Amino acid sequence: MKMFEVVDPGLHTTIQDLGRTGFQHVGISPAGAMDDFAFQLGNLLLGNERNAAGLEMTMLGPSLRALQSSIIVLSGADLTPTIDGKEIPMWRPVMVLKGQLLCFERPRYGARTYLTILGGIQVPIVLGSKSTYVKGKFGGMEGRALEEGDVIEGEDSLRSSTISEIWGKLRKLQLSASVIPNYPLVGRIRVISGPQDHFFMKETLDVFYRSRFKITNQSDRMGYRLQAFKVTRDSLPVSLSIPYKENREMLTDIVTKGSIQVPGNGKPILLMADRQTSGGYPKIANVISVDLWKVAQLLPGQEIHFEKTSVEAAQQEFRKREYLFQQIEIYLRLQRQMTGGKIN
Amino acid sequence: MSRLSCHGGTSIYISPLGDRAVRLEFGTEISEQINDLVHRAAFFIREKQPVFGVEEIVPAYSSLTLFYNPLVVLYEDVVFEIEVCLKELIERKEMKREFKGGVELSRRLITIPVLYGGEVGPDLQEVASLNGITAKEVVELHSKPIYRVFMMGFAPGFPYLGGMSEKIATPRRKEPRVHVEAGSVGIAGSQTGVYSVGSPGGWQIIGKTPVPLFDPYVVNKDPVLFHAGDMIQFIEINKVEYNKIFKEIEAGIYPIDIVSYPGGEGKRDLDGRCEQ
Repeated sequence: MKMFEVVDPGLHTTIQDLGRTGFQHVGISPAGAMDDFAFQLGNLLLGNERNAAGLEMTMLGPSLRALQSSIIVLSGADLTPTIDGKEIPMWRPVMVLKGQLLCFERPRYGARTYLTILGGIQVPIVLGSKSTYVKGKFGGMEGRALEEGDVIEGEDSLRSSTISEIWGKLRKLQLSASVIPNYPLVGRIRVISGPQDHFFMKETLDVFYRSRFKITNQSDRMGYRLQAFKVTRDSLPVSLSIPYKENREMLTDIVTKGSIQVPGNGKPILLMADRQTSGGYPKIANVISVDLWKVAQLLPGQEIHFEKTSVEAAQQEFRKREYLFQQIEIYLRLQRQMTGGKIN
Repeated sequence: MSRLSCHGGTSIYISPLGDRAVRLEFGTEISEQINDLVHRAAFFIREKQPVFGVEEIVPAYSSLTLFYNPLVVLYEDVVFEIEVCLKELIERKEMKREFKGGVELSRRLITIPVLYGGEVGPDLQEVASLNGITAKEVVELHSKPIYRVFMMGFAPGFPYLGGMSEKIATPRRKEPRVHVEAGSVGIAGSQTGVYSVGSPGGWQIIGKTPVPLFDPYVVNKDPVLFHAGDMIQFIEINKVEYNKIFKEIEAGIYPIDIVSYPGGEGKRDLDGRCEQ
């Protein structure tokens, strides 16, 4: 069913789900939502599968004309969303009526916003996923970012009578404020050291963990190029380099989301969703899974600070987050069941 | 990082790659022996002794990365299972010397037709002059060896090949091209490769194959032609043959020449079935 027509595509709007698994051994990148936390919360609020495809927009959102009435959730960065000029809330279900125009006025905080739709966006599943991989030219909307005139398809089985019935149950759903993330200007990012930290001297590793890193303009869904710096006593920023111990070549090796590679120029590259599967530079550390969304919401010019943690601690955090998702899912299901009854 | 020593002198270093992957390092150089060990370990874990919670097994030149789900299994548990598994593998090697029996790799030899030079190989002459030989000699030297796919990466379906003659080694172009078409065969330093998808690129382009290396829209079929561990040989074709193969591929009737290596006969059709 035709849900939205793209009137203006925005800066870089793509269809994403949680990504493609099982093909890294043949060089196929997983892609997927950069901020998997906001993305999954959006789907949970609609009672969708957590992997249901949605739109990821970057800094400048698209303008979308509703071709059908539907229920949506906007999560992630606040880009001042409006319907027919009137601002609408984020992090909770919103009804969009046929003919209305959904726009985004200006970025307030964060970098990436997710639009999830009741029932999910319908595009062909390519190699097990609906995620767009622009560099490989496949997945999502014909393997590319949205363009003017594209039509976004939704679930066929949802009739307008069903939608009003569901809206009655969803309209008052809200997340607890403690769950909704805020997006600070400086990201405190936890990492696991290695696997090639032995390419660096101990002093260099100390510099790495003490420095601040500026996100440069050469940053996109593939990765962020970082510039290390320190602030002197007269508060002038001084650029720093992260050099190798000795001039040593490394064999091409496997990388992952969150890998921090350091090329010969001493300027680290933090790999994100559309990374290649392999890379030839030493990896000084890896961002832990539960902190990747923070990186995804940082903009060029903003800063990162790295903090060392252990695999064990990172995996406990990952399990805690899964537990949170499950609790939210149960809580929202109960709220939906009770709506229309006494408690509201 | 933990080190697994096995009698016989093999050391394997195990370390985390973030909180969802573990990396096994079998060596630090490009060598067929070390790469064999990587592929045998990958094959063994995939086919013979799966490790609980492991979702992807990704070989590189001298390391193997296993992606696992930390909701199902924690780092320490996955490392323990891998150690048990590797000890088993290495003991089998010691008992059976040449990895006969359960862990023998089945290799494939894939022949790739290439139209060298001309419009589709604009840098062939440059590669020849920089190496002080003729274009014909470049083609002979390039199509002579049997190359090994050490690993896959860089782009979907792209093989990292080893075995090119140093006589045709050529530095990357100073001015990278904005677009290199899929199928283009190139040289960069001592490496040769085939662009599996169209992309910007700085490799010296010496020819082109009509055979597709990557098709994401196949249904229930392998999206890539090459896999790590395969062997590849290039054969020279002329313009007429190129066009004929191109048409056969469009019609879905071109039989890609795939045999088992070494020895053995058999061709694979586009569906990936092997006719013996």
